[in-house]
Amino acid sequence: MLSKRIIPCLDVDAGRVVKGVKFIDIRDAGNPVEVARRYNEEGADEITFLDITASSDDRDTIAHVVEQVAGEVFIPLTVGGGIRTVDDVRRMLNAGADKVGINTAAVFNPQFVRQASERFGSQCIVVAIDAKQVSAPGEPLKWEIFTHGGRKPTGLDAVEWARRMTAYGAGEILLTSMDRDGTKIGFDLDLTRTISEAVEIPVIASGGVGNLQHLVDGVVEGKADAVLAASIFHFAEYSIGEAKRYMQERGVEVRL
Amino acid sequence: MSKRVAVIDYGMGNLRSVSKAVEHVAEAGDQVLVTDDPAQILAADRVVFPGQGAARDCMAAISDHHLNQAVLEAAASKPFLGICMGLQVLMKHSEENGGTALLGLLEGEVVRFPERMECAGQRLKIPQMGWNQVEQRIDHPLWEGIPQLSRFYFVHSYYVSPNDSALVAGITEYGISFASVIARENLFATQFHPEKSADAGLRLLRNFLRWRP
Repeated sequence: MLSKRIIPCLDVDAGRVVKGVKFIDIRDAGNPVEVARRYNEEGADEITFLDITASSDDRDTIAHVVEQVAGEVFIPLTVGGGIRTVDDVRRMLNAGADKVGINTAAVFNPQFVRQASERFGSQCIVVAIDAKQVSAPGEPLKWEIFTHGGRKPTGLDAVEWARRMTAYGAGEILLTSMDRDGTKIGFDLDLTRTISEAVEIPVIASGGVGNLQHLVDGVVEGKADAVLAASIFHFAEYSIGEAKRYMQERGVEVRL
Repeated sequence: MSKRVAVIDYGMGNLRSVSKAVEHVAEAGDQVLVTDDPAQILAADRVVFPGQGAARDCMAAISDHHLNQAVLEAAASKPFLGICMGLQVLMKHSEENGGTALLGLLEGEVVRFPERMECAGQRLKIPQMGWNQVEQRIDHPLWEGIPQLSRFYFVHSYYVSPNDSALVAGITEYGISFASVIARENLFATQFHPEKSADAGLRLLRNFLRWRP
């Protein structure tokens, strides 16, 4: 049976992991190669790099990071952040990424998703969706796509958008609840389930994980195919192995 | 003895992952070359044939690179490892893209997963993406040191259905039970990606480099 995936996400700024990764016996917690190696040893099913480099001069550094990691970590690697053109996609794949995450660029130019999936195959195109609840309490639930870290509304309905991106050739959806991101109170399960049931392609739940039960809830109640988390793994609150054993004990199929 | 390993490049998919993983398990002196040159492929000691994407695009790319003959010859004559589309295109015909003729080395079809599959009350997504178990159906040198039901990384919407069930070296459950590995003489081909399957995948690649069919 296919297992549910656990995906740690690393924020990378100018080639260094930021947001405080704390491992006990690691020499340099800011070195993406060391961190990726550690997550691989712990049993991560994939690793996602989110490039938050502000300066466009430093954009090539993420390609070098991917290249180094791909030389010694043999699980799927995804790179997101700043992917705007077919050339950006090609550069990341050539560096050794297996998938790229397309976020804002998809909103401003949906045809880019179609071009990229036609050129490189759906299997490597992950569309990242940042959604925020816009329905008032008591109304039927409704979510909208936001850009710029949840600050700018786009008027796009999240469910329709997910279906459209699927039709344009997305191979997978990385779904982040902007209401929950950073809160540690758990995924937005209604959002996750609604999107996951609306599309045929896999959905990765993201935003809000604070403990291991949240991961279980994301796949059992949210019907997510994979769960992405950053801080609970970075600060060594839990290891990926612990997370997987916890999920397995609660009936979730995992790779141990 | 050092070996020359050709990874066939026809512009379909991420060859860097494949060549890096093969280099990682190669012995000192082994040469790994990524090539679309039929002469180099035929001169190599063993051949890895990866591939991603749609069937029609893959067949068009193989043909554009004048690789049909070299692939068929290599697959008939030396240790040959097909990966993902590198397995599927060895079959005779695919349902994909409204029907696509393939290389036809092996008798059988490539078919899509049925719509609306379920498992334990959960809808199964297409593509199958992630880590699934492979039940080894035969003893084979490429399975050496790999525990039964180990998990490998899959990304696919279509699977192979060979006419001759004796060719099936591994099966996987995803709504249905399908042939995830095919083996015949010097040929071994996997639907999953060994280059992305952590220790089990690296072990399979290492076994391939040492295989003497």
